Amino acid sequence: MAKRIEAVNDFVVKFANVNGSGSASANELFAKSFLRMGIPVSPRNIFPSNIQGLPTWYEVRVTERGWLGRRGGVDLMVAMNPQTWNQDVKEIEPGGYLFYDDTRPLPASKFRPDIHVIGMPLTDMCNDNYTDSRERQLFKNIIYVGALASMIGIEPGVIAELIGEQYKGKEKLLKPNVNAFQLGYHYAQEKLKDALGLKARRADAVGDRIFVDGNAAAALGCVYGGATVCAWYPITPSSSLAESFQRYCGRLRVDKDSGKHKYAIVQAEDELASIGIVVGAGWNGARAFTATSGPGVSLMTEFIGLAYFAEIPAVIINVQRGGPSTGMPTRTQQSDVIACAYASHGDTKHVLLFPEDPHECFEFAAQALDLAERLQTPVFVMTDLDIGMNQRLCKPFEWDDSRKYDRGKVMSAEELEAGKDFGRYLDVDGDGIPYRTYPGTHAKRGAYFTRGTTKNAYAAYSEAGPDYVYNVQRLLKKFETAKTLVPKALLTASKEPARFGAIYYGSTGPAMHEALEALAAKGIFANALRVRAFPFQDEIFDFVQSHTKVFVIEQNRDAQLKTLLVNDAGINPANLISVLHYDGTPITARFITNEISEIVTALNVRPIKKDKAA
Amino acid sequence: MTYLAKPKLHHPSLQKNKVGYTRRDYEGKVSTLCAGCGHDSISAALIQAFWELDVEPHKVAKLSGIGCSSKTPDYFLGNSHGFNTVHGRMPSVLTGANLANRELIYLGVSGDGDSASIGLGQFAHVMRRGVNMTYILENNGVYGLTKGQFSATADKGSKAKKGAINTDAPVDTVSLALIMGASFVARSFSGDKAQLVPLIKAAIAHGGTSFIDVISPCVAFNNHSGSTKSYDYVREHNEAVNRLDFWPSRDAISIDYSEGGLIEVPQHDDSILRLRKLDSDYDPTDRITAMNHVARAAEKGEVLTGLLYVHPEAEDLHAHLNTYPAAFNRLGEKELCPGAGVLEKINAGLR
Repeated sequence: MAKRIEAVNDFVVKFANVNGSGSASANELFAKSFLRMGIPVSPRNIFPSNIQGLPTWYEVRVTERGWLGRRGGVDLMVAMNPQTWNQDVKEIEPGGYLFYDDTRPLPASKFRPDIHVIGMPLTDMCNDNYTDSRERQLFKNIIYVGALASMIGIEPGVIAELIGEQYKGKEKLLKPNVNAFQLGYHYAQEKLKDALGLKARRADAVGDRIFVDGNAAAALGCVYGGATVCAWYPITPSSSLAESFQRYCGRLRVDKDSGKHKYAIVQAEDELASIGIVVGAGWNGARAFTATSGPGVSLMTEFIGLAYFAEIPAVIINVQRGGPSTGMPTRTQQSDVIACAYASHGDTKHVLLFPEDPHECFEFAAQALDLAERLQTPVFVMTDLDIGMNQRLCKPFEWDDSRKYDRGKVMSAEELEAGKDFGRYLDVDGDGIPYRTYPGTHAKRGAYFTRGTTKNAYAAYSEAGPDYVYNVQRLLKKFETAKTLVPKALLTASKEPARFGAIYYGSTGPAMHEALEALAAKGIFANALRVRAFPFQDEIFDFVQSHTKVFVIEQNRDAQLKTLLVNDAGINPANLISVLHYDGTPITARFITNEISEIVTALNVRPIKKDKAA
Repeated sequence: MTYLAKPKLHHPSLQKNKVGYTRRDYEGKVSTLCAGCGHDSISAALIQAFWELDVEPHKVAKLSGIGCSSKTPDYFLGNSHGFNTVHGRMPSVLTGANLANRELIYLGVSGDGDSASIGLGQFAHVMRRGVNMTYILENNGVYGLTKGQFSATADKGSKAKKGAINTDAPVDTVSLALIMGASFVARSFSGDKAQLVPLIKAAIAHGGTSFIDVISPCVAFNNHSGSTKSYDYVREHNEAVNRLDFWPSRDAISIDYSEGGLIEVPQHDDSILRLRKLDSDYDPTDRITAMNHVARAAEKGEVLTGLLYVHPEAEDLHAHLNTYPAAFNRLGEKELCPGAGVLEKINAGLR
């Protein structure tokens, strides 16, 4: 028998369930109980494109050190799905644990000699205690949470508190849930003492952080950022963003006196219509956004081009997923970077923001609404399924009450009346950003006819070459101005002098930080730069220049950010080495560490030892 | 193309409407469409209707898709904001614009390619949602800008200029609008200004989605014999169900009852529609009747014109969404941002 894995506040538990069996809330209860004990966790849903019946997994990484990326490997498998049994058993680390329902005996061939098996007659217990078949199913989940809490040493008071909060005002549900938990807890206290070497110990590592999914966070950012119009079409993994916006607006945007809504949400017939509605609202001066994913962006590209050339504010939150059709789209990727950066026909390029976690989803969603109006252009918030649909521990949301919305350059009726020159596409300030007017502003002045490209600086119809060139050159200047407004890249400096650099973005952040430490332990030091927006600032160029080689870590096959760095920032591709992860699972620190270690070895570069550091 | 430049100065004796504008103030740029194009007649009818309605031009937003018809908003209401959007997608852009500021009047101009082919989906859904707008479809059964291809409203068996016979069944936009829930549905003919102007006025006054399909012959590509959208064909087959008078408000009604067959339809804004029925059993407030009449006329090869259906108490999208009365584009952080205190409470709930 292999040695047992013994760990305190540092292990991975994976639940293998059947979709639609009610496991989600029980598993979330399990994850949250660690947070209440001051121990950070990072849970992830791995789910199929299905409502009921297909396999679904929930992976909880317990990590006192606060590594919120996916670790890889499983220390304890809670195998509740016969369909995926073989695969689930295979995934357990040697010396790890398998927890299962042993109501029906299984042949020895179904197990592994190098793991520790913990059986519990869950079905029997449910059948003994409940008559209703749905209850038998639902409470089975709570019973195993009780048993795990006992074995791991989760404080029962913490679970009772969480169940109390969940069923506040629903006393009928509260008591049976507490009972089911007790049932499992007491069984394990009696029969499974010391079965598990994985332990929780109260810590103080959570602080004031919040636990929220990126889609809800981005939706709240849109509420705070002043979005009044949301048009969307359901698509995984972005649907919960629009639904969260609806929920938050219902709480925060209903006029107290009249009951009237200071928001309008339209579930459109398709993504063509949803972006059309956003463009129409933006043209008319309301803050508007849509939430979508890759295929939606594909459908929207014609409008995105129009909005770029007609200079209309629009915010598009792209919760990225694994490509077209169905299936892989319930997995995560960062594979729409180029599709969004250059979306549409003609010479177009767009502002992209890359949030790392729900905190930045909130912040960037609100900021995107400012940027879209300041720059009069579409702005993408490039989140992904990993951030969007998983609850993540992050800094609390922040808002400064003195903050004013940046409505950009809008000419008022008074200015028009005073005779101020209005050229809709005229660069008067040298920043490439023209003035606009809202429809209905002034009886005689300021009206214009909005078109794509066929116009002069005063918005009159023109097919003249010089007018076109003036206009698109001004758009380039505006893109330069955007560099000064978008979030700056963030540097994580190596503790030791480093000849390597690492560029990463978005949901790769937590895994990258953990990998940097693992690499440093091996004597490989790298300065790391988290890119937070496109267009790239000069600092990114300087960063690449000041390192021998720079790794670009991405979650896509084609090195899309690297392509932008080469193509748009003029960076020499010989200086960049791609580290690419694109199997649909979130990137792990182990993956990054292994890849970079191998490349460094292959480069035959002698690692700098700490004692020999220059 | 019309080459006559429009003089900028108005004659001082030109008649002004109640808001102080002459009819010339409702004009736009010189049309670049072919001389004799039905679309220019529709633009003229729009100018007349807005002037007669005493609407300040800048209080109108005019949006269109792509095509000959969609170019026309540049040729009227020069002091209104206009938006030439993308092909077939005017309805969604107009919906967003309407949500952003409910205080303006929204006019959507589209063509048969724009609405019945590439934009059929958006056409149908804007009717479903009840966006408060006037939707003018300038219907010539042909693609003009790309030189003469059939559109989806071309009748089966009709002949293209180059001789091809259309074998596909036509999309009847009026029937579709009725099915999808438009609350004001009419059909007219660009050559019949006496019918068209009151219809446009009534459509603008209507508080929901008003749809007018205007048969508008294409003099370049669809005005030959064998076409069912030519001037001659429509004049010969036009079957009007009613003649319309539009009264801006109840006060203005002069008692002028003519003999039988007169219906008065009060509108949400207190204006009155008076319909002189030409067909004795036609009731324009009954949607099912309207659909039957349209279908029967089509079978006989007639073009049924007039106000086909009106729901006097129609609600619009803003009512459905229960939106705040002030225009969204005027709301700022004071009205929209819940503030740091509330955010702290939200944070507390996420721990």
